[in-house]
Amino acid sequence: MEHIELFFKSIFVDNMVFAYFLGMCSYLAVSKKVSTAVGLGAAVIFVLAITVPLNWLLDQYLLQEGALTWLGPEYADYDLSFLSFIMFIATIATMVQLVEIIVEKFSPSLYNSLGIFLPLIAVNCAILGGSLFMQSREIETLGLALNYGIGSGIGWFLAIVAIAAIREKIRYSNVPAPLRGLGITFIITGLMAIGFMSFGGMLTGGEEEATEETVENTVGMVTTSADENSEASSLVIETTNDTDKN
Amino acid sequence: MGLLSKKDSKLILDPLADNNPITIQVLGICSALAITAQLKPSIVMAISVVFVLSVGNVVISLMRNIIPSKIRIIVQLIVVATLVIIVDQVLKAFAYSLSKELSVFIGLIITNCIIMGRFEAFALANKPWPSFLDGIGNAAGYGLILIIVGFFRELLGSGTLFGFKVLGDSVEKTGLYAIGYENNGFMVLPPMALIVVGLIIWVQRSRNKELIED
Repeated sequence: MEHIELFFKSIFVDNMVFAYFLGMCSYLAVSKKVSTAVGLGAAVIFVLAITVPLNWLLDQYLLQEGALTWLGPEYADYDLSFLSFIMFIATIATMVQLVEIIVEKFSPSLYNSLGIFLPLIAVNCAILGGSLFMQSREIETLGLALNYGIGSGIGWFLAIVAIAAIREKIRYSNVPAPLRGLGITFIITGLMAIGFMSFGGMLTGGEEEATEETVENTVGMVTTSADENSEASSLVIETTNDTDKN
Repeated sequence: MGLLSKKDSKLILDPLADNNPITIQVLGICSALAITAQLKPSIVMAISVVFVLSVGNVVISLMRNIIPSKIRIIVQLIVVATLVIIVDQVLKAFAYSLSKELSVFIGLIITNCIIMGRFEAFALANKPWPSFLDGIGNAAGYGLILIIVGFFRELLGSGTLFGFKVLGDSVEKTGLYAIGYENNGFMVLPPMALIVVGLIIWVQRSRNKELIED
């Protein structure tokens, strides 16, 4: 049940493109034709499905606070989590290089049509974002991490294929000249994001719970600023305690 | 601009309008949209990117003759990641609540395409000083859009700027709220960021017809 819930949540509710705007650059640049969009989307699913579990292992056995205990009890105090950006991006860059070699070998036509965008998957925010969200949401098992990687990859795939299909049709419409191309794509994406917001209640079932959750999400940014003061003051107390000890 | 030559000031001013990284080059959009529901995180994000891009551009430009072209992507990623770790740690030390609010998006500066794009397109082929100016200019162009979007979203969405209630108090019905004004809660939601950027593009391209795509 946990797996199914996480899977659908990462596809629809927490969709990479529509809820967090991750991977927008390649989403906007490669969505002119459905065929290339499918190719890139598949590559993103593949890379996410490999890098998220790999980075989960790294996080669990190397980076987290106390993760080094398997080396020996004297390493229990180490907290290497500040290194996670550099470790994650290194894993991702390596994997992308690997995918590039594989695609070039087995499907040269796809390789040529993706062109510069294949190496650019390395700097696609959706990939790094997947790993960072995996870390900040403290996903518990390797299986769930794999599930999360595949799910969010499929969400990204759906988004780019949908916008590519719309852009193929909209070429024949009479869009106001200054909005043509980029502008209208932004606005359509915004409208699609509004549509995807309605998935928010999908997993909570009851209507009341659903509305409560969406309100929480949207006001999240505002309330955090309100909580700031209390948080800051508690931080001050903590630091003063520390100095007392010293 | 007495301090800078004509070519140098062009490096800074061009990306602010006619060659803006977000609206024209379509780079670095991910982080631009996610944190603009309020003005303060938008400004912090803009400052962080100015730092990372200008320093990174100088570093890459200094190393441009010794980086083998085959592994340049990895080298660039390492440089960016190091700089972003510095920004992240500084924020955690001096503005903890803000760094919580920005959550993963500081980390995502690493994959901000503006940075890789400028490294590839400019720093690898130019001397450190112009690269520095180019970095400042492009990051400022990015920051400008962030601040415009953040301004409108916070003003229309919650009626505040930097948390100050500029339109009056919505609970006690003072200021504009006294005559029946309501906050547009929709502006705080993610989709509106996309639509606001779309509208900025519309305005910009209506003013400068050369930018229109066909």
